[in-house]
Amino acid sequence: MADMLFTAEGVTKRFGGVTALDKVSMEIPRASIFGLIGPNGAGKTTFFNTLTGLYQVDEGKFTFDGKPLNVKAPHEVAVVGIARTFQNIRLFGEMSVLENVMVGRHVRTKAGAFGAIFQTPATRREEAEITQRAHELLDYIGLSKRAGDKSRTLAYGEQRRLEIARALATDPKMIALDEPAAGMNATETIALRELIERIANDGTTVMLIEHDMRLVMKVCQHLAVLDYGRKIAGGTPAEVQRDPAVIKAYLGGAHTEVTK
Amino acid sequence: MAGMTGILQTKRNQMIALAVLGVLLFILPFAAGALGQAWVRILNITLLYVMLALGLNVVVGVAGLLDLGYVAFYAVGAYTWSLLASAHFDLHYPFWILLPLGAFLAALAGLLLGTPVLKLRGDYLAIVTLGFGEIVRILMNNFDKVGLPWSDETYNITNGPRGITGIDGLNFFGFKISKGLELFGLQITPLQLYYFVFLAFTILSIIGVSRLQHSRIGRAWQALREDEIAAKAMGINTRNVKLAAFAFGALTGGLAGGLFASMQGFVSPESFGLLESVMILAMVVLGGMGHIPGVILGAVLLSAMPEVIRYAADENMQQKIFGIVLIAPEVLRNLIFSLAMILIMLFKPAGLWPSPEKK
Repeated sequence: MADMLFTAEGVTKRFGGVTALDKVSMEIPRASIFGLIGPNGAGKTTFFNTLTGLYQVDEGKFTFDGKPLNVKAPHEVAVVGIARTFQNIRLFGEMSVLENVMVGRHVRTKAGAFGAIFQTPATRREEAEITQRAHELLDYIGLSKRAGDKSRTLAYGEQRRLEIARALATDPKMIALDEPAAGMNATETIALRELIERIANDGTTVMLIEHDMRLVMKVCQHLAVLDYGRKIAGGTPAEVQRDPAVIKAYLGGAHTEVTK
Repeated sequence: MAGMTGILQTKRNQMIALAVLGVLLFILPFAAGALGQAWVRILNITLLYVMLALGLNVVVGVAGLLDLGYVAFYAVGAYTWSLLASAHFDLHYPFWILLPLGAFLAALAGLLLGTPVLKLRGDYLAIVTLGFGEIVRILMNNFDKVGLPWSDETYNITNGPRGITGIDGLNFFGFKISKGLELFGLQITPLQLYYFVFLAFTILSIIGVSRLQHSRIGRAWQALREDEIAAKAMGINTRNVKLAAFAFGALTGGLAGGLFASMQGFVSPESFGLLESVMILAMVVLGGMGHIPGVILGAVLLSAMPEVIRYAADENMQQKIFGIVLIAPEVLRNLIFSLAMILIMLFKPAGLWPSPEKK
């Protein structure tokens, strides 16, 4: 078995009588691109939210980088090395493009208020490092020219890429992208695909939650398919595409089963 | 304003502008003194408001936490000074103990307010902070008869609504500011000396606050203001960051409070009402939230404008123009003041001098 960065074992989450996640298990190899797909309401977001500490699991466990992942508060997720982007872009709109990425460095730096007020050498050095790293990341996603602009003035596709750069600034071992291609045109999607592949090549594992099947099938090495809170299929894109359960879920076969 | 910032692009022009500003700020108290010491007092009060607005700007403008009880921290600083440097308890501690102590106690009060409101935002936060401001004022008002459950005796701590009189002025290691100073034949009045002290503290506040704003913690404050959920996902511990904002805002307010008490020589609870908090908030909002030059402009305009209008709306002036006194000066003053605020909000909703679009 390859080196696994992340595993979920029998993860169950209930909201009252509704079982949103039912014994979901999956494994993500290091430096790979992993796709989490499923129809609307399948439990993708719930899975993501339990993983990132927004909800606590009822049963099952996560392992991350060889250690049990036990996140009590959302801000601890970035500390262990999982960064995320948001389905409905959540940039710091009034801050500059550069500052957005600099915020990402927060979790890996430690200058305090005292250092800031008295501009101690350690703080200045750290601040220079933060700025330099942020510029590098803007280069990486091709937004250097907009560094000084407020991030809300960026075009839609640029905002998506900036969110990725901000997440990368936290030095994540795994970056989780929540529907990054939503609302993108064909050219933007191709640019996004290249960016995702580059990130994985550079050693950061990518977890992709996505509706765009063409993108998922092209870019991912492994997939997990959720439907009604259960994992109905998993494997390589080719395997998943042939799986009858997946075809049923996507083409609405499940309804005939329910009404029978 | 755009043209003005354009000229200030080069380093050389910036230095020249700074030098001109320095000379102006130096001459100002003497020019005002020529008109009368009351005008110097207005200058000093303006400087205190600049400090207060800068402090509140950390909380409201940078971290995005609406605080309607900010004047409470001003009160904590002022009462710390008044109780420990006056005839009231016959204590006379020096400034280098009292100013830091007042700032520290105010910061502590900031944490005290910050802790229960961590999960509140917007209107709800405003209501609780408003309540906090009132609680502090009412405490000052009623702490002249503090009783203990096991005895009938009451203790007078704050002297209640009568306030505290006979407060020590600033006293620099034996040199009493209240005596004034004669330098090279130049007579400098106590109020003018206070001006220079306040100016020094204001400049220190500006430097401190702007360094904080452009630091790791300042960016965390702004991230919190822009999107709390995204800030958490970036690994920012929003609880600590919020508490730091409350504490640093309060610290500046406490410092200004101590300085106020030392100049005024008298404090009473009525100086620290809700209207004061609202006024400081208006300075931040009208000037340009989160933008330090804008906030300073807002503070200067709003603290100087009522005085200028007071002069312009004078009964004599009306008598001259209309032949009769149409509206009582006090009413007219508030009327013009409100009108100006409405106009600014209509035509400059982001404030008079908001942060620039491109950095």
